[in-house]
Amino acid sequence: MYSERVMDHFMNPRNMGEIPDADGVGEVGNPACGDIMRITLRIEEDRIVDAKFKTFGCAAAIASSSMATELIRGKTVDEALAVTNRAVAEALEGLPPQKLHCSVLAEEGIHKAIDDYRSRHGAREANGG
Amino acid sequence: MNAAIRGRSRPVYMDHAATTPVRPEVVEAMLPCFSERYGNPSSVYALAREAQVTLEKARGQVAEAIGAATEEIYFTSGGTEADNWAIKGVAAANRKKGDHIITSAIEHHAVLHSCRTLEKQGYRVTYLPVDEFGRVEPAAVEEAITDATILISVMAANNEIGTIQPIAAIGEIARDHGIPFHTDAVQAIGAIPIDVDSMGVDLLALSGHKFYGPKGIGALYIRKKTRIGTFMDGGAQERGRRAGTENVPGAVGLGKAIELAVAEMPENVTRLTAMRDRLIREILETIPDTRLNGHPTERLANNVNVAFRYIEGESILLMLDTLGVAASTGSACTSASLEPSHVLTACGLPPEQAHGSLRLTLGSQNTDEDVDYVLSVLPRVVERLRKMSPLNPER
Repeated sequence: MYSERVMDHFMNPRNMGEIPDADGVGEVGNPACGDIMRITLRIEEDRIVDAKFKTFGCAAAIASSSMATELIRGKTVDEALAVTNRAVAEALEGLPPQKLHCSVLAEEGIHKAIDDYRSRHGAREANGG
Repeated sequence: MNAAIRGRSRPVYMDHAATTPVRPEVVEAMLPCFSERYGNPSSVYALAREAQVTLEKARGQVAEAIGAATEEIYFTSGGTEADNWAIKGVAAANRKKGDHIITSAIEHHAVLHSCRTLEKQGYRVTYLPVDEFGRVEPAAVEEAITDATILISVMAANNEIGTIQPIAAIGEIARDHGIPFHTDAVQAIGAIPIDVDSMGVDLLALSGHKFYGPKGIGALYIRKKTRIGTFMDGGAQERGRRAGTENVPGAVGLGKAIELAVAEMPENVTRLTAMRDRLIREILETIPDTRLNGHPTERLANNVNVAFRYIEGESILLMLDTLGVAASTGSACTSASLEPSHVLTACGLPPEQAHGSLRLTLGSQNTDEDVDYVLSVLPRVVERLRKMSPLNPER
């Protein structure tokens, strides 16, 4: 059912955990659907220097979170926003059709964490100015 | 980190509610029906008569196992067909009498989806709630009965949580009101004593592959004089009620398997109950934030169903699979739908806990060593997934 790459990221997840005092936090999903993803980002000078995840969900959800955090580490915020759910799914060598929503959730989690960073960052600048 | 998870792996099949291996005695009984005694029972020559005799012997074995008469057993392609036939057939034949059906919220989809189809055709269906253990209250069945009620359908034992229903009490109510009573006994054969007369059952569905028989064969018991439509139109097979050339090898396998299952039930139940209770006790003792789903005592001897908070069932299954353990879950993540198990939610579990459920169903080949192995790997799997979970309060 799953590709080897999905199983690898499920059994050996990259970037699992939570960044304390993260610069951006995004939590997406819904317990009723069986998926909740929490993405935390460390951002320095608009570049993602660290990304971590915690996920409640199926193997596809865990692997998507792991792969998504891998894909955005080291990227600028704008570059990270350009990482699509399709890119996550492709990097995992594909997901079963009924699991594509897991990669969508990963994209949403990243966007939400970056939105959180920007709203806080913008607010700080506004306060400073 | 994976060292804790990997290491020694042992193949352990604990998904006997899904299906069972066919017993060698059953295979042996079936084999001659394929290439030696292959006659079509409807034909007239000796080879066909031999097939007819073989088929009727199998029918007798099924009848004997549930306290029915031989001519009240109708072979089907399995439990799903038997449930479909019972519900749609009784509904169609009694349409002039009424349009109301009573069933429970935790039935198998073969029953629930048959009822949904009937609702689209204008029938009305009452889906009775269950208590936290998954039991239907007989008094609730009686309260739901109206002048238009034409069928009551409550399963003998639930496939997910193993809860055994008070079938005899419901059967008595049905009989008092003169309403046909169907029970899906797919999980119950060979697990609890079944007697259609003392249970007041008018229709009963069963399936061969759940008790070490072949797949693709089941039966519907139809009490004499029960009004029911035909299911398959065609030839005159199965007393003109279910057309199609009979699956003689399947029927022979079903007959042999049910005979053995019922004969060996007492010793099997004792052995499986001991393993079941040890699994439940030790899982609940060693893994925090865990609850038992289903009834503590009124449950099938082979069924363990537990909910682990903060984690999701498919993840548990896949990790167990890498360790050699085959199990099942009530999480929707194994299917196309996102809805968690309708059985667990009917028992009152919140969706995230229903998603975190694990079903282990024991069977003939399981040993105490299998139980030891599952008890040794399961806590590590749960702990590992909980470390990944944002719902886990221990961050």
